[in-house]
Amino acid sequence: MVLLEVEHLTIDYKTRKGIVRAVNDVSFSMEKGETLGLVGESGSGKSTLGLSLLRLIPFPGVITSGNIRLEEKDILSLRDKEMRSVRGSKVALVFQNPMTSLNPVKKIGEHFVEFLRTHKPHLSKKEALEHSKKILDELGIPDERINDYPHQFSGGMRQRIMIGLAITLNPSLVIADEPTTALDVIVQDKILDLLRDLSRTHNMGLILITHDLSIVLERCNKIFVMYAGHQVEYGKSKELYRNPKHPYTQGLLRSIPNIELADQRLSAIPGSPPDMLNVPTGCPFWPRCPDAMKICKIKVPPITSLGDGHVVKCFLYGGKEP
Amino acid sequence: MVERVRSMLVRFMPGLRSLLSRGPAGWMVFIGVLIVFSVMLMTLLGPWIAPYDPFTPSVGPLLSPPSSEFPFGTTRLGQDMLSRVLTGGSVMLQVAFLSALFCFAVGVPIGLFASYVGGKIDKSFSIVMDSIYAFPGLVLAIAIAAMLGRGVISMALAIAVVYIPSYFRIVRSQVLTIKELPYIAAAKATGARWYTILFVHILPNVIPSIVVVVTVNFADAILTAAGLTFVGLGVEVDVPDWGWDLTRGRQDLPSGAWWVITFPGLMIILLALGFTLIGEGLNELTSPKLRK
Repeated sequence: MVLLEVEHLTIDYKTRKGIVRAVNDVSFSMEKGETLGLVGESGSGKSTLGLSLLRLIPFPGVITSGNIRLEEKDILSLRDKEMRSVRGSKVALVFQNPMTSLNPVKKIGEHFVEFLRTHKPHLSKKEALEHSKKILDELGIPDERINDYPHQFSGGMRQRIMIGLAITLNPSLVIADEPTTALDVIVQDKILDLLRDLSRTHNMGLILITHDLSIVLERCNKIFVMYAGHQVEYGKSKELYRNPKHPYTQGLLRSIPNIELADQRLSAIPGSPPDMLNVPTGCPFWPRCPDAMKICKIKVPPITSLGDGHVVKCFLYGGKEP
Repeated sequence: MVERVRSMLVRFMPGLRSLLSRGPAGWMVFIGVLIVFSVMLMTLLGPWIAPYDPFTPSVGPLLSPPSSEFPFGTTRLGQDMLSRVLTGGSVMLQVAFLSALFCFAVGVPIGLFASYVGGKIDKSFSIVMDSIYAFPGLVLAIAIAAMLGRGVISMALAIAVVYIPSYFRIVRSQVLTIKELPYIAAAKATGARWYTILFVHILPNVIPSIVVVVTVNFADAILTAAGLTFVGLGVEVDVPDWGWDLTRGRQDLPSGAWWVITFPGLMIILLALGFTLIGEGLNELTSPKLRK
């Protein structure tokens, strides 16, 4: 069953200096319970894409065209009130920084109660607390700590609490926006495994937004690579790992340390991502692309399907001829 | 010395331990609270402990200097100054509390709402508030009190108008920072309504700063109330009030009767000092920058 369908989504930030096209004609879909790794550099539009699924793009941002359908419901045409009931109950968000994502003056229990009663007003405070204790249990946090304040927890625990809040209402989709950037590597591993396990046991779709391709390759069913707002390559993780097509994906994969190729030097992609106010014409990646052709500087490549859900946006795989 | 006093106090009131262990700021709050509560208690019990009725004239010689029978001297009508000092704080305290209440009830919601909504609403409120703020406080209070007439309520209102901008500003500056924090975005992502975000998530984080403003403004309100009374916009003459004593004592000062204004004046200063100590102490305790 299809959980999420995004079609030709384009999002602009209308700033004083000009229009920043943060997301440019992006399409993908997710099945129920599937995990998707959304990979890109800073400023590639991956967070904006994540927030757009909740219609929470910050101020100058506007969805200029495209469609988002969640369980066959058109998210973009919902009224504000209906959208609010979707947030948290159907789609939940886990933020980047667990240190500041919990209200410092509220106990952990109050966070859960507040959240639960927003969506289920008939629930009593006691029932809500009981429910939240169960969730904390599942996350390995002793339930007597429900009366502690956020500052009394470690970063990893706080992120687990954030995840607990996200899964409280059994949403069908959880978006985790760089959930482990603020944590150390060992905790990062645990948190990511926890997210994957929860998505399995609760049959939740999971979008893992990250700049680190390596951490999603092994954990996600599908990978979606973004560059400067464009979707670059999209496909099953295994396929993408074994057979990367786009020069950008190839470059990303070459920059991951590999134990089997320990004697090789790691290679980096030369150059840096473009200024989003002045994206190069044509394919945004051509200034850094080892395989750039003349046409790449003139035209935006079409999205080419390579079969089995593997799509790539590059002239190397077709679309050169009009 | 300080240490010995501290250990003695803590023995009697264990609750003080955490306050007094925070250094000078803790002591400021403690002494401030002590002063304010003593003055409040004194005013409350004044009618019973005063040796004479504060109004009855000629209980002693007219305008006599402090003596053993009249420790604070007498007024030109022969009223006992001590009795007047003991009972004269009620108007000022009422005005201070009422005006703080008005300020809180108006300034805080406007500040919260305007700065959360932002844009033109925020700008227009800010302009109004800034223009009030730019006005000399006492002059504005006098103008408003003159319009409203006499009485505790109108004094409190006049003072409230002057200090609402302080509340608005402090709330606004806090909300502007807090509303951009991730936990507010997180609350939005869980489907919280705007008023839940405002009152459940933002307000509790603003309260500590508001408490500081309230106590600092108490001191200002006391002084402004004294000022209003001094220019004749206070309450009716039949209520004992330090402000009135100052006003009338002024006429007797040239003849050398220092006691008629010294004692009420000292009381006003003491009360204002108490509130200032609490405010400044709390300010230091609650602002993380100054914490060691």
